[in-house]
Amino acid sequence: MRKISYAQAGMEALVEEMRRDPTTFHLSTDAPDALVEEFGSERVRATPIAEGALTGIAVGAAGSGFRPIINWSMVTFSFVAMDQIVNQAAKIHYMFGGQVKFPITFRTSVGGGRRVAAQHSQSPYSMFMNLAGLKMILPSTPYDMKGLLKTVIRDDNPVISFESNRLMGVAGEVPEEPYTVPLGKADVKREGSDVTIVALAWLVHEALAAADVLDKEGVSVEVLDPRTLVPLDCDAIRASVQKTGRLVIADEAGPTAGASAEIAAVATEDVETFAKMKAPVKRVCALHVPIPYTPQLEDHVFPDRDNIVAGVREVMNV
Amino acid sequence: MALTQEKQLEMLRIMQTIRRFEERASDDYRAGDIYGVVHCYIGEEAVATGVCAALNSDDQIISTHRGHGHCIAKGADLKRMMAELYGRETGYCKGKGGSMHIADFSIGMLGANGIVAGGIPIVTGAGLAAQLEGKGRVAVSFFGDGASNAGPFHESINIAAAWKLPMIYVCENNLYAASTPAASTLAHSDVAARAAGYDIPGVVVDGNDVMAVYDATQEAVARARNGEGPSLIECKTYRWRGHTERVGAADPRPQGEIRAWQERDPIERFVAGLMDQGCITQEAWQEMDEEILAEIEEAVQFSKESPFPDLEAAVEDVFAE
Ligand SMILES: Cc1ncc(C[n+]2csc(CCOP(=O)(O)OP(=O)(O)O)c2C)c(N)n1
Ligand SMILES: [Mg+2]
Repeated sequence: MRKISYAQAGMEALVEEMRRDPTTFHLSTDAPDALVEEFGSERVRATPIAEGALTGIAVGAAGSGFRPIINWSMVTFSFVAMDQIVNQAAKIHYMFGGQVKFPITFRTSVGGGRRVAAQHSQSPYSMFMNLAGLKMILPSTPYDMKGLLKTVIRDDNPVISFESNRLMGVAGEVPEEPYTVPLGKADVKREGSDVTIVALAWLVHEALAAADVLDKEGVSVEVLDPRTLVPLDCDAIRASVQKTGRLVIADEAGPTAGASAEIAAVATEDVETFAKMKAPVKRVCALHVPIPYTPQLEDHVFPDRDNIVAGVREVMNV
Repeated sequence: MALTQEKQLEMLRIMQTIRRFEERASDDYRAGDIYGVVHCYIGEEAVATGVCAALNSDDQIISTHRGHGHCIAKGADLKRMMAELYGRETGYCKGKGGSMHIADFSIGMLGANGIVAGGIPIVTGAGLAAQLEGKGRVAVSFFGDGASNAGPFHESINIAAAWKLPMIYVCENNLYAASTPAASTLAHSDVAARAAGYDIPGVVVDGNDVMAVYDATQEAVARARNGEGPSLIECKTYRWRGHTERVGAADPRPQGEIRAWQERDPIERFVAGLMDQGCITQEAWQEMDEEILAEIEEAVQFSKESPFPDLEAAVEDVFAE
């Protein structure tokens, strides 16, 4: 099968959905050339640097029959639009009694590793998970990126696509034929029987590398990728942990009130899952600090395959 | 007020220091000694230099993502700046900030910022503090044409005008926000025209003419110190380099446009004027440049000899002790 990059897969999803649905349009502070070329500058607009306004504009246009696609670029810039995201987009459908739909795609990049310091290295998806009214995806492969993003654009709600900076150039198999990936369906990226690693985005790849190392030690690792954070595939997480009896969660974000905390709760508050657990949950996350610039410190703050291996050994030795 | 020869030569030295510092930072970035992202100010040196020349050392400024020029013009230490770019413990932010986040509060430089328009309200708060203190200090906000379209610009300038804060808002209109031309995002080509809506003075200045920038700032500073409130100064200028120093990044700006602005080099123009007035000779200018290069080399050596921070530093400074 042909291979394309994670970034290209996102672009393909956009192009196909914009061809399919004339009510879609695209706003971002830098308009992608390829989109302008195909769809023209009416539908693909470079906006002023005014993320709050353009997010609100998306809400208004969505409620008026359109299907806006917004790219905030780095998640850093979404914070400028917090009122429109938190008070408006997340609540408007519910608050007005479901009168009209607000189909909006918000794309944004997350994660570190680029030596761009505290503001530009964030993975704040759990802040958004904490709100009711927003769906969100976090793809780890080009295949998932394309399939999920197409579903997101077709969804009738505001959905945030969190896209990993570290994965933009990573290539993977993506079929030429059209397909979609549903929201709320986790994917077993590797089957195993001794321990479940629920890993997010870039850490799926680190978990797979860790699984190879652990395999040589006789530890059979299952790697589960939730792919979407809201809705979260609780059944798949519980089923895997019931099978293995051990849970390690790997996330590039900090642990405090993070997606990792939610995943731990999903497993442990379930009576049947808890009954089958042989060890406490182990989280492998970033240190709970703003991200530093200088490379040694940044690498120290973020978890990687070595931290995952250590985490698995810990739960195996209980 | 006419400036002394000495002061003008000092301004020339600052402009050339900004340029040489960034040429070196760019080289060392490309060599892999400086990480992440570097935004160069080359071509715009007259703005920071002309503005800061009209300030006292206890006046405050805030910068943008393109901050080296503002730092140097306010008197920052080149060694600690370069060491920050090099990610070393001796850098201004102990290696935690990098090029986009240099601050030196002791000289009134309140920081570079990765958020477009993020600094404008913060420095307006410094203006409020100056007003409350009542000692005649002023505060300056540097920001780009792109930032002038963001809410915080409008919100801050309105508050400053309503409260008559001792503020100078300096728009560095270099005609682009990353790759987006200002012409496509500004309804009026002059940011300064917006001053009318806030009932404050707004002037357009040739941002490649350091003396014109200085004169306009002098006037605004006098007004602010006098309790008459803020002013908006728009400096028309141009960045010579790409939006960032990243190799291979597309730059959609026409070559002819770049060349035309390079012919209006703010440094060459200033030197030529100073030579005409007999303030400096070709030899003295060359000597000044060599001194600057030596100072930058020293800053690089200092950086290279400085240690990287210990890993424990990662969890320090989250809170004040
Ligand atoms: C709120 C926000 N949105 C987007 C960005 C990404 N970004 C960084 S610099 C820049 C362009 C800024 O243009 P301008 O204010 O004119 O300053 P210049 O780079 O021209 O000096 C953009 C869009 C950002 N840093 N912050
Ligand atoms: Mg600009």
